[in-house]
Amino acid sequence: MGEAAKTVIFEIERQNSTDESSYWEKFELPYRANMNVISALMEIRRNPVNIEGKKTTPVNWDMNCLEEVCGACSMVINGKARQSCTALVDQLEQPIRLQPMRTFPVVRDLIVDRSRMFDSLKKVKAWVPIDGTHDLGEGPRMPERKRQWAYELSKCMTCGVCLEACPNVNEKSDFIGAAPLSQVRLMNAHPTGSMNRDERLNAIMGEGGLADCGNSQNCVESCPKGIPLTTSIAALNRDVSIQMFRNFFGSDHMVD
Amino acid sequence: MDNNREFLMRRLHSLLGVIPIGLFLTQHLIVNHFATQGVEAFNQAAHFMANLPFVIFLEIFVIYLPLMYHAFYGLYIAFTAKNNPGHYSYMRNILFVAQRYTGVFLVVFIAWHIFETRFQVAIGAGEADFNMMENILSNPLMFAFYVVGVLSATFHFANGLWSFFVTWGITVSEKAQRYSTYFTLLVFIVLSIIGIRALFAFI
Repeated sequence: MGEAAKTVIFEIERQNSTDESSYWEKFELPYRANMNVISALMEIRRNPVNIEGKKTTPVNWDMNCLEEVCGACSMVINGKARQSCTALVDQLEQPIRLQPMRTFPVVRDLIVDRSRMFDSLKKVKAWVPIDGTHDLGEGPRMPERKRQWAYELSKCMTCGVCLEACPNVNEKSDFIGAAPLSQVRLMNAHPTGSMNRDERLNAIMGEGGLADCGNSQNCVESCPKGIPLTTSIAALNRDVSIQMFRNFFGSDHMVD
Repeated sequence: MDNNREFLMRRLHSLLGVIPIGLFLTQHLIVNHFATQGVEAFNQAAHFMANLPFVIFLEIFVIYLPLMYHAFYGLYIAFTAKNNPGHYSYMRNILFVAQRYTGVFLVVFIAWHIFETRFQVAIGAGEADFNMMENILSNPLMFAFYVVGVLSATFHFANGLWSFFVTWGITVSEKAQRYSTYFTLLVFIVLSIIGIRALFAFI
């Protein structure tokens, strides 16, 4: 520890509120072993002084679980969207550039409003309806191997990284992105959920739905949970192809 | 999300790109290849194509209408994307961007190509034969333009075919999509060789 004090340099794209324009601010922090981006942001919050030695406002960011299961701390780090809790300073090229995920409205600094994803989940009916006026009893059993496979899809934390990476999710399009689509596949795979599968398929055949996917496959490359998003999209394409013919030519049953 | 007009338009765009446009492209390049067998062989093939029964209806319903729909809706698709190959430089994303660039270029190339050939025939200013293409391609700049045009078309078709298989739910798994990449790469290479050989036959 005898050497000159090591430092870490951060460049952060800041913004005071949704409608204001953004600006860049640089920070130089003392290096500590095993630092992650969040601990660096905490250091800036403790001592909000920028690289020019001027006192500034603390940088705002969102966080919750700190173990990559909640998705709240997602931001663009050195150009790529990911969670800041698992972004280790030792593994990042300096200066470390932090930006908000601009696919979503910026609330302040690195905090974005991810409501559109939750609205999309409502639009595609990403739930299993079981409420009724009386006890419906147990549902059908799910085969264990199917459960194990579906578990992978259930790891989605609605973090928004797949939307940020997608070239077709932007202000010019209504595309809902990969995450809500994959949830349709998950809910349709559930034995009780599949009783409403046609409703979800019809929902993703609507405006901003499945057809807006352009197969850039950035989503599957970027997903922090390794969810097979493009496989989900292709599988839904197959389901929807059949649903399309059912709708057009008519069918005496909408659910198997 | 009640109306599915956009869904149907996208599916139609995907379908028309392969049937009939992709098939027409393949047939067009193969007929062009007669040029490698000499002037007479090419003229005979061109004459046969130009004198098919109901040729104007074939042209309208198999070429002009599908091509115009695919071109104009394709421009809309291309310009609603926000390309990001810099930060996300994965193979599929680069192909995604290339699909859009070649698409936009092809609208210009094909418009010019039709003006220079079919339109000149229609107004009686020329005849679609070996001589016409020889004149056009004798200009080195035009020749380069046509080489880029043919390669753009074969790439756009091959890569579009890959997307077509995904869009219609034919290739679902990662493995199926990987083999589909190899297959469409082969389609690109074979069609490119056929197309470029024909171009060189005119000079």
